[in-house]
Amino acid sequence: MLKKRILICLDVKDGRTTKGVKFLDNVDIGDPVVMAAEYYRQGVDELVFYDIMASARDRGPTLDLIRRVAETVHIPFCVGGGISTVEDIRNTILAGAEKISINSPAVRDPELLSKGAAIFGNQCIVLGMDAKRDSAMKSGYRVFINGGRVATGLDALEWAIEAEKRGAGEIVLNSIDADGTRDGYEIPLTRMISERVSIPVVASGGAGTPAHMAEVLTHGKADAALIASMVHSGDYTVGSIKKELAEQGIPVRL
Amino acid sequence: MTGIVDYNAGNIRSVELALLSLGVEYRISRTPADLESADRLIFPGVGEAAFAMQELKKAGFDVFLKDWARSGKPLLGVCLGSQIIFEHSEERDTPCLGLIPGSVRKFPASFKEKGLKVPHMGWNDIAWKNGGSRLFDGIPEHSDFYFVHSYYIDPADPSVVTAAADYGISVPCAVKYGNIEAVQFHPEKSGAHGLVLLANYCGASTKGASVC
Repeated sequence: MLKKRILICLDVKDGRTTKGVKFLDNVDIGDPVVMAAEYYRQGVDELVFYDIMASARDRGPTLDLIRRVAETVHIPFCVGGGISTVEDIRNTILAGAEKISINSPAVRDPELLSKGAAIFGNQCIVLGMDAKRDSAMKSGYRVFINGGRVATGLDALEWAIEAEKRGAGEIVLNSIDADGTRDGYEIPLTRMISERVSIPVVASGGAGTPAHMAEVLTHGKADAALIASMVHSGDYTVGSIKKELAEQGIPVRL
Repeated sequence: MTGIVDYNAGNIRSVELALLSLGVEYRISRTPADLESADRLIFPGVGEAAFAMQELKKAGFDVFLKDWARSGKPLLGVCLGSQIIFEHSEERDTPCLGLIPGSVRKFPASFKEKGLKVPHMGWNDIAWKNGGSRLFDGIPEHSDFYFVHSYYIDPADPSVVTAAADYGISVPCAVKYGNIEAVQFHPEKSGAHGLVLLANYCGASTKGASVC
C-alpha cells in the first residue's frame, strides 16, 4: 500500500534555514545540511528546500548546498526558489535534487513546465503554488507569486489543472492564509484541488499538530503533508508524528 | 568495479552518491568503452522512454547493453532503466532494448475514478514473488521503497518477477532474468533498505554508511 508522505520544508536564505509567519519576519533557525541529516535520521519521507531569496541572485551557493545535502541524505528531495530556466532545472538536478519546484516562474512562463517535463520527465517537475482566499475568484482562491507578495489573475483550481496538463507531476499547494499559523491546513482548498487533478497533491501551510496532518491526509485528500515549524521548533520529531498518524489508521512509512 | 551508465537521463548523481557512501568502487561514464572492464553495471535513469532510447543510441549504449546482457555479467536496471530493458514501452510507442521479453504499460485510466494518482509516487511496500532475490538479503519483506513512475513493467513470463507492490493492481517492481535484474523503485533514494540492496548488488557492506 502506498504510504502518505511526510515532507519537511527548509526555507533557505543565504545558506541558513529560516522560518517566518505568513511569509514575513524570517528568523535564522540553523544549518540546512545539518538539519536535513537529522530529519533523514528521524525517518522523514522527503525534504523540500526553498531558496527564498534566490530569484534575483546567483544560485551558486544553493547548488553547493544541494550537493552537500545529497551526499548524506538518500531520500528524495525537492528544490525550489528562483528556478526559471531549463538550464536552472538541469543544474539543480545534476547537483543531486530529485524534484524541482517551480512557482512564480511558471506563472510568468507556463511553457517552463512543459519544457521541463519533456526533457526531465514529469516526475521531477513540481508546481509550487501559493493560494489565498479570495471570494472574487471562481474557486474561492487566488494564486500569488513572489513569495506571496504579488497577486495574479489566476484562479487556484484552474491553474492547478493547467499545470497538470502542461506536465507537472506533483503540486505543492501552500495556503498563504494558513502559512506559519499552526492552526491547521486549509482543508477546503486542498480537497478541492486534490479531487480535480490526477497528480499527487502535497498540502502545505498551517500544520501545528499531528491531528492537523491527519485531517488534511483524510478529509483534505492530500497525498502528502508538508510541515516545518512543528519539527523546527523541536515540539515534535518525525517519529512521534508518524506514530500518532499510524495510531489514527493513516498508512505511513515507519 | 561497478559501472554506471550515464546517458543524459535524469538524476544519476544520487546513484553515484549512494555508492560513494557505501565505499563501492565505481566508474560513471558516457562512453561505452570506459565501462567494458566493469564487473557489473547499473543502468539508471528517469524521464521519458523515447528520449532515453534516443540518447542511448546516440552514445552507442544500445549495442553495448545488448552485448553486455549476452556476456553473462550482472546488470541492474533502475526505474526507467528497468523499463527500457523490455521489448516495448507504451510511452510514445517506443521500441526498447528487448533484453527481457515483455512490455511497459501505462497505468489504466480507471485509476482516476478510483482516486489513485498517477504517477505512482511515494513509498510503497514490496512483497517477494517467486522466492525473491539475493538483492533483498537482509531486507525484511514489506519494507517500503521510493517509487515514482507512470508506466509499469509487464514481463511476458510472470516467473521472472521477484517483488511486487500493490497500487490498484499488483505492480511488478523487481525482476530477475538470468544475469539481468531490475527494480522499478529507486534504491538510491530509499534510505537504509535501498542502500542495503545496492550493497548486496555490489558485494559491499553497509557498515559505516549513513543508512539511518
